[in-house]
Parts: sequence; structure tokens; C-alpha cells
Amino acid sequence: MAKKKLLNSNAIAIILQRLACQLIENHNDFKNTVLIGLQPRGVFLAKRLAVILERDYHIKDLKSGQLDITFFRDDFRRRGESLEANKTTIDFIVEDKKVVFIDDVLFSGRSVRAALTAIQSFGRPSAIELLVLIDRRFSRDLPIQPNYKGCQVDAINQEKVIVQWQEQQKTDAVYIEN
Amino acid sequence: MAGLSSQHLLGIKQINKQDIELIFNTASHFKEVINRPIKKVPSLRDITIANLFFENSTRTRLSFELAEKRLSADVINFSANQSSVKKGETLIDTVNNILAMKVDIVVMRHPDVGAGVFLSKHIKAKIINAGDGTHEHPTQALLDAFSIKEKLGSIQGKNIVIIGDILHSRVALSNIFSLQMLGANVKVCGPLTLIPKHIKSLGVEVELNLEKALQWCDVANVLRVQHERMDIKYFPSVREYTQLFGINKQKLDRLKKEIVIMHPGPINRGVEITSDVADSKQAIILDQVENGVAIRMAVIYLLAEQIKTT
Repeated sequence: MAKKKLLNSNAIAIILQRLACQLIENHNDFKNTVLIGLQPRGVFLAKRLAVILERDYHIKDLKSGQLDITFFRDDFRRRGESLEANKTTIDFIVEDKKVVFIDDVLFSGRSVRAALTAIQSFGRPSAIELLVLIDRRFSRDLPIQPNYKGCQVDAINQEKVIVQWQEQQKTDAVYIEN
Repeated sequence: MAGLSSQHLLGIKQINKQDIELIFNTASHFKEVINRPIKKVPSLRDITIANLFFENSTRTRLSFELAEKRLSADVINFSANQSSVKKGETLIDTVNNILAMKVDIVVMRHPDVGAGVFLSKHIKAKIINAGDGTHEHPTQALLDAFSIKEKLGSIQGKNIVIIGDILHSRVALSNIFSLQMLGANVKVCGPLTLIPKHIKSLGVEVELNLEKALQWCDVANVLRVQHERMDIKYFPSVREYTQLFGINKQKLDRLKKEIVIMHPGPINRGVEITSDVADSKQAIILDQVENGVAIRMAVIYLLAEQIKTT
């Protein structure tokens, strides 16, 4: 199994800074914006971005949460093995707020579709945007595109994109594996 | 992740510790779901569930129905007192007629012990036992254990006493099985006439003195005196029962520690428990009701997951 490094920790740090700046361009002081990390893997990215926004750009009272989509997936009873749910923490109402979904890899778009339904349980957002670290082009099952992307990858279906976070695997890196 | 090891939920006897942990973990997520502004998930959109109640029930039926609706399942209700059962139809015929309407899961309460097990051998749908006679009531035991875990952090090593009418109680038996499986020490306490003869063979100690039982325990699960199941007199008078086995504030104040009070409902206020205890902050009776919906959602969700579409 061949494994190729796509991004190292330096490249990821630069990308995170850029994504944070792009968010500021569109959301100013984040008074009316909430960041939602999609469980399980988008949560790390959301936390990192929140840290950068608060520490480097002095954004105050940033609202962020995490959303689990297990019960909203469209492949329930169609999967071979069962999936364990993760925690949802949204301690605020998203009614009339701008919501930014944050995930590590955008692949088929099905997780995002599930998240679009799931978030409605917390109110009706005024707008929803999508931020991803890796956008896998040519692999979408649904008409969903990111508003912010760290890096675009042309991977074929059998290939796997693996995002490692310092919090879990000691170092930040993105690999492609086939 | 592995799903449930069992195809049905017939009793706690038929599942294992991993199953219980999986149900608890799933239920904790559903508890968060039922506290959202919109308390519903779409998972079971294409599943139909029949609630067959051959015996009266209010809270269990409501709890199951709500759990099913929160999961977006289609629900049909059936109760024996308004049905063909009275016209002489057999259980299998009744259920097969309902299944012909393409039902995937059957939730059943029945006055006869083993009705769920019997049915599971003859029909294709998944069965959830919502109480079979004086035998088991697994979802009640699961929600009780879940509530204890939520309150005390864990069940391992905790002392739990079940007080009252053990003889007629399916809640007691399912509780004994589940609490022991999760590592608790279980005692029963009540009038000797209401304690099953061979209960010690389950590894349960019998304590006839309520004060000693309360002194020993961390949690007291107080059961209802089931007058409707008593064909003979098991104790001289309700007044005497209350004096000897009723929980009141004075008895709890003498303990010098705060124990957790549970009751599966419905409460006979002033008989097995006084109002000041039932409404006190050490009673988790209403938490049990809330957790009941989450636990039932988890059980239904995990069983539904096994019904593959292809």
C-alpha cells in the first residue's frame, strides 16, 4: 500500500491561517456567525480555526459547536457494520445565524447533506457555508461544493485521503493512500 | 463497531454486558436529541412498529410511542381490551394479521410469562418485550440502570436494594439481572410473603428489616404494591405494610447519608413511599421517565439497524 504525503505540518499551518483570514473577510467580528465542526473528524479543524481566530485575530465571544450526523445519515440499514454516534454540543440556537460547517475531507457530500438536515433541529440559520481542509474533486454524489477549501485533491475512488491531527497522532499531516 | 448481539429484546437474560453498554452509549446521544428544540431524527422513516398491549399500560406505552415517533417510525397501536382477542383469536393469529400489514418491529406487553419468546419463534418481525407477566421488563431495567449510572457515575460495586412486592414484579427480576451484570450488589427487601422462594439462587440477599436495608444501600428502588395481581392477601393491611416497608422522610433522615430513591411508577403515594420523599431531590423518579424515552429510542434504533434494506 503506497502512502504519499500531500501536506506537512508547515503547509497545514499556512492553510489554516489563510482559511481563518478568508472567514474574517466574510464574517467580520463573527457576531452573527457560528462555527460547527462535523463529528468526528471536523471537530479538530474547527477547534484549530477557533484558536487562530481568537488568539491571532482577537475575535471575541466566538460561538462554536460540534454536530454529529449519525442519526441523519442516508445509509442507515444499508451499511455492513454499525456506526457509533458521537457527541453533539450546540449550546446556542442557530436561528437567523450564519452557520459555517467545518470538516476535514469533502468526498461524496453525503455527510454534508446529513448535516444540513441535522442543523435544522437547532433552528433556521440565515445561511450555511462549508469549509473543508481537503476537497476531493470528481468524487461527489450530490451537488455540494465548499465555500472555503484548504487544498484540492484529484484522487480516484479507491484512493484514501488521510488527515492526521496533532491532537491524535502527534503531528499534522495529510496523506494519500492507494 | 459491533451492533447488538441479539435479534430481539426479549429479556435482560438474552443480552450481554457489551449490549447494555452499547444501549447506554446510544441512549446518551438520544437524550441530547430529545432536549433539542426539534426533538426528532429521521433514521426510522421507513420502519413500521406495532405496539401490542395485551395488558393495560399507560406510561410504558406512551414512552415507547414517543420514542418511536422521535425516531420518525410509523406507529400503530393495539390494545387487547378493544380487539378481537376478546372474540377468541389466538396470539399468533392476531400478530400475523398485524404483520400482514408489513410491520417490522413488534413491541409487546402480555400477561403471560414467555409470550415474547414464544412469538419470536413463530414470526419474522423483531420483538421488544414491554413486560411479560411477572417475568421480565427489560427496557425498565435498562432505564433504571442508566439512571443510576447517570446519578452515581457507575454501577460497579454499588449497593442496590429493591423494596416491596418482589413476587409479582417483572421490574425486580429484570433489575436483578441487569444490575448484577453491571457489577452491583443487589438485595431485596419486603414482606416474606412477597419474596419469591428461590430468589437466593440468583445471588440476591434477602433483608426483611427495611432500616437495615436502607442503611446498607446506595440506591433504593421502591416498587409498587401490585394489588391487581394479588389473588390472596399477602399482608394483613395496607397500613401495616406502610409502617414496615413504606419509605418516609423520618426513616431516611435517620440514615446519616443520602441515598438515591427510585420508583418505576405508578406511585401509590402514602403506601410504599410518602409524597415528601417522592418529590424530594434525592428521588430520581422523573429522570427515570425522561431516560425511558432515550433508552427505548436506543433499543429500537439498534434493532432496526439489523433490518437491512436488501
